[in-house]
Amino acid sequence: MNEPLLQLDGVHTHIGAYHILHGVDLKVPRGQLTMLLGRNGAGKSTTLRTIMGLWRASRGHIIFDDHDIAAKPTADLVRSGIAYVPENMGIFGDLTVRENMLLAARQARSVDEIDAKRLEWIFGLFPAMKKFWQHPAGKLSGGQKQMLAVSRAMIEPRKLILIDEPSKGLAPAIIANMIAAFRELKQTDTTILLVEQNFNFARQLGDTVAVMDNGRIVHSGLMAALAEDQDLQTRLLGLSLAAHQ
Amino acid sequence: MSARVSTNAPEPAQAMISAKRRIDWLPLLLAPLLMLIAYPLIGSSSTWITLTVAGLAMGMIIFIIASGLTLIFGLMDVFTFANGIFIALGAFVAVSVLGALPQWTGADSLGLNLAALGVAVLAAMLAAGLAGLVFERLLIRRVYGQHLKQILITMGGMVVGEELIKMVWGTQQMELPLPATLSGSLVWGDVAIEKYRLLALLVGLSVFVCVIVVLNRTKVGLLIRAGVQDREMVESLGYRIQRLFIGVFAVGSALAGLGGVMWGLYQQNVTPQMGAQVNVLIFMVIIMGGLGSTSGSFLGAILIGLVANYTGFLMPKVALFSNILLMVAILLWRPQGLYSISSR
Repeated sequence: MNEPLLQLDGVHTHIGAYHILHGVDLKVPRGQLTMLLGRNGAGKSTTLRTIMGLWRASRGHIIFDDHDIAAKPTADLVRSGIAYVPENMGIFGDLTVRENMLLAARQARSVDEIDAKRLEWIFGLFPAMKKFWQHPAGKLSGGQKQMLAVSRAMIEPRKLILIDEPSKGLAPAIIANMIAAFRELKQTDTTILLVEQNFNFARQLGDTVAVMDNGRIVHSGLMAALAEDQDLQTRLLGLSLAAHQ
Repeated sequence: MSARVSTNAPEPAQAMISAKRRIDWLPLLLAPLLMLIAYPLIGSSSTWITLTVAGLAMGMIIFIIASGLTLIFGLMDVFTFANGIFIALGAFVAVSVLGALPQWTGADSLGLNLAALGVAVLAAMLAAGLAGLVFERLLIRRVYGQHLKQILITMGGMVVGEELIKMVWGTQQMELPLPATLSGSLVWGDVAIEKYRLLALLVGLSVFVCVIVVLNRTKVGLLIRAGVQDREMVESLGYRIQRLFIGVFAVGSALAGLGGVMWGLYQQNVTPQMGAQVNVLIFMVIIMGGLGSTSGSFLGAILIGLVANYTGFLMPKVALFSNILLMVAILLWRPQGLYSISSR
């Protein structure tokens, strides 16, 4: 396994009176796609938001590229090379696709200053982005909005992309499109931490996997090993689910 | 990045398809419709023109005052009554500046008169902008996301601000006379139009064009529009939304200061309470326009100006509550305002 680009050591997060993360220990190897699995409410999204500084870790360390980023402002994290695709996609519905992309390209003051090759690459992966370039993003379908959310994360070179449930509510054809896009993204040596509930989706993409339950990591290892081990799947995901039903 | 993907792109990135954003024309038709309806009721063309220009000028001044608060409301989600202080402060600074330049304001030269006004406006905007900056740092930043506390703390702040203004300029109403060449009216046949109202029209239109250009043609404007919809996502894209907040609050306060000068010259007097009195009108404009929508505020302000002048002539008693009736009618038609920001 590669050395970790991102490492969480004993991270606790409180949201108001609620204690959500109870000492998360997680390693995200450099250049690989790590899947973060777990049932609803296990703390996956909170983990991503805590990494991004949208909710502050009350204890523990978040090491990114050899620096502790636990106390850094979100904007500084983006500047240091982290992009985030939230579960709700965070699309600016009143802005066009073009304007959404321009915002994500922080260095560009106008569309002309966006890296044309990179834009071509994104259009190749998601032709709908080109087709609806001047359309209000709020009018896009759910799948197209997800494509836009992922495209925004890809518009600039990133060291790490955090993606929260990209397959949620999408048609199988769109999911296949997403899988192809993430495979392309992996080839650019971008490290990806992807939260997912769809095990089939996770199985096709993940290099490594971490499983969360009750605000803790209860398993981590190679995705291939988990994919082949039915008993382990049942124990980690099935039992975990059953315990909370 | 793989070469295969690059060649996959069907056409060059620059060959974009045409714009598909639709303009919502219906609210734009309201003001012309109102003018058309008023014309036969008023009966006289000259009176109609005079009232219409007066209404548009009043609307422009209200828009100037409301434009800053529209941005503050829309982007920062801050319910502030403090704009009243910045309006009054701007007006009083103009009283002092214009009072110190009697040779310029009294001269029979449009250039000198406009120069005096320009200096007064700059000083008023600077003072109001700085006051806004201090206000944001001292009070507003402690209550982001807490509407009840925002209302209480900004009302308290407004009371303190009014008292500070009284300490500097006294408690009495002060005159703010128009410079020599801007007093009086231009007369064409039976039509008489006050010169200052034409100036107010020009200034209001200029402010509207500037705000629209900044919002729609610059990256800062794009950030503000995005921030109105989803502040957290703007932050997640790597921008310091807090700095944007402070900047918008200062600019919004400066615009209120400009509005104070325009309103003071319109009334030709200023009082420490003038801001609080105008606040109600501003809130109506912002609610009618749709929270955070500059175009909506512009249309709302014009409608309020026109309705106030038409009903003042046709039914003076109704004029007392005509603005409320207008707001109720618009909100019954569009509960989110003329142009709603859909993602809020």
